Amino acid sequence: MAPTARPTVAQPMSPHLQIYRWTWTMAMSVFHRVTGTALYGGTALVAIWLVALASGPVAYSYVAGFFGSLIGRLILFVYTWILMHHMLGGLRHLAWDFGIGFDREKRLAMSRLTLIGSTALTIVIWAVALLVR
Amino acid sequence: MAQFNLPKNSQITQGRSWPAPAGAKSLQTFKIYRWNPDDGANPRIDTYQVDREDCGPMVLDALLWIKNKVDSTLVFRRSCREGICGSCAMNIEGQNALACTMGIDECKSPDNALPVLTRKDKDGAIRIYPLPHMPVLKDLVPDLTNFYAQHAAIEPWLQTETPAPEKEWRQTPQDRSRLDGLYECILCACCSTSCPSYWWNGDKFLGPAALLQAYRWLIDSRDENTGHRLDGLHDPFRLYRCHTIMNCANTCPKNLNPAKAIAEIKKMMVERTL
Repeated sequence: MAPTARPTVAQPMSPHLQIYRWTWTMAMSVFHRVTGTALYGGTALVAIWLVALASGPVAYSYVAGFFGSLIGRLILFVYTWILMHHMLGGLRHLAWDFGIGFDREKRLAMSRLTLIGSTALTIVIWAVALLVR
Repeated sequence: MAQFNLPKNSQITQGRSWPAPAGAKSLQTFKIYRWNPDDGANPRIDTYQVDREDCGPMVLDALLWIKNKVDSTLVFRRSCREGICGSCAMNIEGQNALACTMGIDECKSPDNALPVLTRKDKDGAIRIYPLPHMPVLKDLVPDLTNFYAQHAAIEPWLQTETPAPEKEWRQTPQDRSRLDGLYECILCACCSTSCPSYWWNGDKFLGPAALLQAYRWLIDSRDENTGHRLDGLHDPFRLYRCHTIMNCANTCPKNLNPAKAIAEIKKMMVERTL
């Protein structure tokens, strides 16, 4: 095969993210990364809570007060969703690592279920939490 | 490190708008990526009006119609016009496809698109770009040198230790059937250039097309160099940059599943250490 005749000027790079049509599997892959990164912050929340718990009633009442406030609850609600989304995403990737669920319909359904399932689980967890309180 | 935006010389500008053919009743607008190495300008988008009543049903028909009747300077690769040569792979309406097997009416509605994040075009135009994140040679023609080198790197030929039989290497029908879904690959590069991992690490990650070919030789019952082949792939980039994003399987014009082939290679990697 003859070598490709390259232009003498710098070749442009064809557009990629700018033009590529988002697919469900691609979007859920990005979500999995983003939620995984956000969990560092979520783990910090748990650590703050545990440190406060170990530090005594005064420190605990501050932290519990914040987590119980409207903003605190909103943060915890989002954290719950992120945790559930990353968990279901992890299970999805575990199935794929076993070679299961690669068909067009299955991979699409699994990607959609991650989003629907994590939202549903978050609502259930908060409903239960608010009811038993 | 991944660069998400386009370098300065690659940013796309507004091109020229070609007049609609006289007397045409059914018009379809095409917005097509143009870049000419001779004029020193940035890439641009030219707008064409195609007379649907005078043109075949496929996107390739429209491109040929434009080249024959409107603008003979439009450059693209094509050969077989029946989805077996892989030459006319390009990005059509945001998904990689073969222009010859993608219908003009079909390309607006891929079944797996995410509606929320999908850009809504009000003008109804069909947008055509070269395969994504590739160096461009001219217009819709990407430079596939690296892609072919990666195919060569997986040593896509039968490798044996035992002396060659007098007539041929034989294989049971069952063993032969394991190559189904792999041997059909036409190396059109739709999959590799749809893969974000390949976009960011295309110099080190082999990409779905080369890895599907690698798997095709790994599971061939006649091949006797499996260990060597796996050694060659055992690398944080070459194989393991695949993060199961599955754009490859979503876009493959032959309906193959490179993502599954890669998952099977990863399984073989684990199984040989057990």
